[in-house]
Amino acid sequence: MDLRLPIGLVFTIYGLLLCGYGLFTKGASMYAKSLGVNINTGWGIVMLVFGLLMLFLAKRANKS
Amino acid sequence: MTHLNPLLILAASTQSIDTSGFANQIDLHLIDYSILGIYLAFVIGIGFALKRQMRSAEDFLLSGRSIPGWVTGLAFISANLGAQELIGMAASGAEYGIMTSHFYWVGAIPAMVFLGIFMMPMYYGSKAKSVPEYLKMRYDERTRTFNSVSFACMTIFSSGISMHALADLLHALLGWNYTLSLVITSAIVLAYVLKGGLSSAIYNEVLQFFMIVFGIAPLAYIGLKDVGGWEGLVAKMSANNPAAMHSWAGTADTANPLGVPWYGILFGLGFVLSFGYWCTNFAEVQRALAANSMGAARRTPIVGAIPKMLFPAIVILPGMIAYALSSDAVAGGYAIPLKDGVPNYNQVLPSMIFHYFPNGLLGLALTALMASFMSGMAANVTAFNTVWTYDIYQQAWGRNKGDSQLLMMGKIATVVGIVLAMGCAFIAAKYNNIMSILQLVFGFVNAPLFATFLLGMFSRRSNNTGAFWGLVIGTTTAIVFHGLCFASGNAPGVKGAWISPLIEFPKEMSQGFWVAIVAFSTTFLVNAILSAVTKRTKSDEELRGLVYSLTEKQVADNDPWIMRPAILGSIVIIAAVILNIIFW
Repeated sequence: MDLRLPIGLVFTIYGLLLCGYGLFTKGASMYAKSLGVNINTGWGIVMLVFGLLMLFLAKRANKS
Repeated sequence: MTHLNPLLILAASTQSIDTSGFANQIDLHLIDYSILGIYLAFVIGIGFALKRQMRSAEDFLLSGRSIPGWVTGLAFISANLGAQELIGMAASGAEYGIMTSHFYWVGAIPAMVFLGIFMMPMYYGSKAKSVPEYLKMRYDERTRTFNSVSFACMTIFSSGISMHALADLLHALLGWNYTLSLVITSAIVLAYVLKGGLSSAIYNEVLQFFMIVFGIAPLAYIGLKDVGGWEGLVAKMSANNPAAMHSWAGTADTANPLGVPWYGILFGLGFVLSFGYWCTNFAEVQRALAANSMGAARRTPIVGAIPKMLFPAIVILPGMIAYALSSDAVAGGYAIPLKDGVPNYNQVLPSMIFHYFPNGLLGLALTALMASFMSGMAANVTAFNTVWTYDIYQQAWGRNKGDSQLLMMGKIATVVGIVLAMGCAFIAAKYNNIMSILQLVFGFVNAPLFATFLLGMFSRRSNNTGAFWGLVIGTTTAIVFHGLCFASGNAPGVKGAWISPLIEFPKEMSQGFWVAIVAFSTTFLVNAILSAVTKRTKSDEELRGLVYSLTEKQVADNDPWIMRPAILGSIVIIAAVILNIIFW
C-alpha cells in the first residue's frame, strides 16, 4: 500500500471541507475567537495543497 | 505518561491532566464531528486494507521487515507523540520557557542520531525480534527476562494512564461519558491493530503525525498574532521573565528555570535520560526494526529527528505565548487558567485551543489530540504483544509452537493488553496516588538499561554476570537514592525522601536528572567491574554482529550519498547545534 494515497485523500477532503465551511460562515461571529481571521478558509487551503501534493506523488510513483 | 518517557514524567510532573478549571463546556458542531468521523473511518480503513498481508506471526508482529524508511521514520516520532507529550511540552514551555527546548535539541536529537548510526547495525543486523531478544543474544536469559517482564508491565500501565488522561479530558471538555470515551477510543485502536498488526499501527502513526501537525500548528500562528509577533513575545518576556528567553545563558549555576546547571543538562538529560529512553525503549526501536533494509532501519531515527527538531515551534512556542499573554492579561484576552490561585500549566494547550479556534478548526484540533493518543497507545500495544509472544510466551511455554499458534497468541495478547490497560485506567481514575508511585518506579528502569546496552554493544568484555547484577543493583540503588532525596518544598512521600530527607535539590527536574545519573553510573560501574573480575561468558565468535567492533561495517548501498546515515546524521546534529546557539 502506498501510504501517500490515504494521507492525500484525508487532507484533500479536510481541505475542501474546511474551505467550504469557511466560505459558508464568512463573517460569522465565531471568528472573533481567531482575532477576526477566517482561519478555516486559510488553513483549509493549506491542507488542500498538501493533500493534492500527496496524491500527485502517489500517482507519479504508481506510473513508474 | 503515554510512553514512560522519563523526560516527560519530569516535565509535566503530574500524572493526569487536571481539567477542573474548565467551567464552560464546548459546543461542537456538525463540521467538527464530520472531521473526527472522517479520521476514524480512515484509521480503521487502513487496518482493514492491510488485513490481507497478515499471514504469519512475523507479518503481524514484525511487519515482515517490509516498510520504507520515511514511513518508519515518521512513525518513530509519532509513537512518542502522545497527547500528554503535547500537553506536557506546552505546559513546560509556559513554565520554563525556551529551556524546554533542551528536551528536543539536547535530549532527543543526539540520542536519535546515535541510535541510527551506532546501535542500529547491531539491533537490525542481529535479526533480533525485540530489544529483550537482543539482550538474550548478547547476554543470557536472566537479563532478557528482567527486561521483558518489566517492559511488559510498564507498557500496560503507561497505556492505562494515558487512556485515563484522554477520557478525563474528553469528559471535562466536552461532557462525554468517561467510561464510554475510554471504551470507544480503545476499541478503535484494538480494531485497527488486530486487523493490520504492526504495519497498521505504523502506517496509522504516519497519518496521525500529519493530523497532529495540522491540528496544532495554527495555534502558534494565532498566538503570535495575538502577542504582537515574535517581537511582541520577546518584549513581553524581557519585561516579565527574561530568563525564560535563554536556553543556556543562565546555566552556570542552578539559578535558572530548570534548576539544573549545564553539566547536569548535558549528562543527565542529554546523555543518560534521553539515550536511555530513545535507544532502549522497544516501542521506539520496533519501528526501525520493521524497515525494509539496513539503510532504512538506520535512517529511521535520523529521518524522525528532522521534524522532531522543529516541534518546539508548534508545542513550546504556544506555551511561551500563553505565559507572555497572562503576564499582563487584558479583559477578555487569553490567560492561563488558575487553580487555587496558581497557574495550571497543564491546561495551557487545551485552553488555548478553546480560546482561539472557531468551529471547524476546533474539530481538527480535537481530532489531533485523539490521534496523538491513539498513536501512543497503538505503539505500546504493538510493542507489548511482540514482547509477550516472543520473549515471554514462546520462551516459557511455546518453544515447539508453530507459526499459526504464535500468530493466535499475538492476537490474544493484543486484546488482553488493551483490556488490562483499560483496567489500569480505571485504577488510575480511582487511586491517582498509586499510579504516581508506579510511574516513578518505571522512571528508574531506562537509565540502568541504557548502561547495560552501552557496555553490551561497545565492549566485548562485558559478560552475563556483570549485565544481570549491574541491572539489579543499579535499579535498586536508583530506588533507594530516590528515597533519600527530595525537591525543595516537597513533603516526603511519592515524590522522594520516603526513606529519609537526606539530600535536597532545587527542583523536581534536577532531582529527576540526578536520580537517573546515579542509576546509570551504578549500573555501568557494577557491570564493568564484575565483568573485569569474572570470566568472559561469550567468545568473539559468539559476539559477531552483536558488538560494534565485531560487526562488519556496512558497505554503501545504492542510496544517494546524502541519505547515508552518517552524513544525514551529521547534518541533523549540526542543525541542532545551530538552534542551540540561536536561542542561547
